[in-house]
Amino acid sequence: MSKTMAIVGTDAIAEAMRQIDPEVVAAYPITPQTAIVEKFSEYVADGLVNTQMVKVESEHSAMSACVGAAAAGGRVMTATSSQGLALMWEILYVASGLRLPIVLVNVNRTLSAPINIHCDHSDSMGARDASWIQIYSENAQEAYHNVLQAVRIAEHPEVRLPVMVNLDGFIISHAVDRIDILDDAPVREFIGEYSPAYPLLDVANPVSVGMFDGLYGYFFEAKRAQEASMEKAMYVIQQVGEEFGQRFGRPYGLWEEYGLEDARACVVALNSACGTIRTVIEAMRQEGKKIGLLKLRVFRPWPGQELVRVLQHFPVVAVFDRALAFKGGHGGPLYTEVAASLYEAEKRPLLANYVYGLGGRDLSVSMVRQALEEIWQAAEAGRVASRVNYLGLRE
Amino acid sequence: MKWDIDDVQKWPWHKHPPGLVNPDTGNSVQFNTGSWRSRRPALDLDKCSQCLVCYIYCPETSIQVQDRKVTGIDYDHCKGCGICAEECPRQAIALEDEAVQAG
Repeated sequence: MSKTMAIVGTDAIAEAMRQIDPEVVAAYPITPQTAIVEKFSEYVADGLVNTQMVKVESEHSAMSACVGAAAAGGRVMTATSSQGLALMWEILYVASGLRLPIVLVNVNRTLSAPINIHCDHSDSMGARDASWIQIYSENAQEAYHNVLQAVRIAEHPEVRLPVMVNLDGFIISHAVDRIDILDDAPVREFIGEYSPAYPLLDVANPVSVGMFDGLYGYFFEAKRAQEASMEKAMYVIQQVGEEFGQRFGRPYGLWEEYGLEDARACVVALNSACGTIRTVIEAMRQEGKKIGLLKLRVFRPWPGQELVRVLQHFPVVAVFDRALAFKGGHGGPLYTEVAASLYEAEKRPLLANYVYGLGGRDLSVSMVRQALEEIWQAAEAGRVASRVNYLGLRE
Repeated sequence: MKWDIDDVQKWPWHKHPPGLVNPDTGNSVQFNTGSWRSRRPALDLDKCSQCLVCYIYCPETSIQVQDRKVTGIDYDHCKGCGICAEECPRQAIALEDEAVQAG
C-alpha cells in the first residue's frame, strides 16, 4: 500500500504533486521552495504527469496564472516561500475572492530585511487574513499527507477556497527523512475527479468571472459568503482527515494532542518545533512534571471555540510563536489568536508567549527545557513571571 | 444559463453564486455606463464623410451604424472618453459639457 523512502521534504511534496497530477502548475523558484518545482518539472519533462507547467517571471505572475487556470476549470497547484508569497500578495486575495480551489505549498521562510533565507512563519502569518485555508505540518510525512488532503478540502463544493500547506524551510524541506509514499492508485481514488462549478472553458455555458462589483455593490455579500465557507471548511477539514485515516491508517484533525489528559500546563505550537517540544515534555513527564502539547494543524479557519473547550481546563497555557506581529510587545500572532479566543472561556488559564526561531535561529532542546521549566513553575505558583518571552535571543 | 436578476439588489449574501460569477450572458447592455459621462460627443452628420474611423476606435461600441453608415451615438453606454472626437479626420464630433447639456 506504500513504499518507504529516505528523501528530503521537498521531494515528498513533489511526489504528492506527481500523484495529484494537476492540470496546471505555475511557479517561480525561490529558496527553500525551489527544489519542489525543480523536481516536479523533471516529472513534467519525463512525461510522468500531464501537467501544463507554466514558467513565469515572478510569483505575482505565478499566482495570476494559477487564477486564470483555476477559473478555466483546472486543478491547479503552485509552491513558494517568503518573498515569493509576499509578491503573490494581491493575487492571493483574488484567488480566494473568486473562490478558486488552488493548492499552494509554502515552505516557511522569513521575510527580509535583514535578508535571511531561513525558517520562520512571518510569510504565512502575514497572509493570515487573505481568506486562504492554512494547514501546518510538523514533518515531511505530514506535509505530504496534508497536500493530498488540501486538494479535497479546497475543491469541496461547500468550501471552494484556496489552501496553503505549510512546512518549515530547511528544517523539514531540506532534511532527509523516512517517508512512506502511498501507492498512486489509492491516492488518485482518494483525490477523485474535480468538477468545477463554473469553468470558463465550458463554452456551452459561458460565464463572466471577476466582474467589476459595479455601483450596485455586492462586495460585502461576497465577503460574508467567504466567511461562511471558511466556517464550513472547519468541518470539511475534519471529514477529509477522518476519511484519509480510514483509507490510509493515519487520521488527521484540527490538531494533535500529546499528554493533555493529565497535564497541568499546555503548550500550543506549529510545525517542526513540536518535535523538539514533545521530546522535552517526554523527559519532564518522567520527572512528574505533567505538561502537554497541542500541536495545531489548522490555523485558518481558526478553531477558536474548539480550542477553548480544551484549553480552558489548564492552569497555564504557553504559546510558541515563530513570528512577531509587531504590536509593540504584545506577543506573536498565534499567541494573540489563542488569547482572543480564551476571552470567551468560562475559566481562563494563565498565558505565556515564547517567541523563538526568528530567521532560522535554532530551537535547541535546552531552550525548550528552560521555557517548559518556567511554565511548570508558573503552574505551581499560579502566576506567570513574564508574559512575552524570547527564546534563544542574545540578551 | 439564464437567471432572473430583477431583484438582485435585494439578494441576501448566500444567494449569489460563489465569487460573484455571472452565469448569464449578454446582460452588460443592462448596465447603463452612459451615466458615468461628463462630456458628451455631439455628431455633426453634415461634416461626416462616413469613413467609420470613430466606429473602429470606440471602446464601447457606442457608435451606431446602419447600412454601413453612422447614424448616431448610443448615449446609454457612451462613457464620454472622447476618442471618437480625437480620431475623427473631419472634426465631425465635438465634445460638449454634459452639465450644460443637462441644463
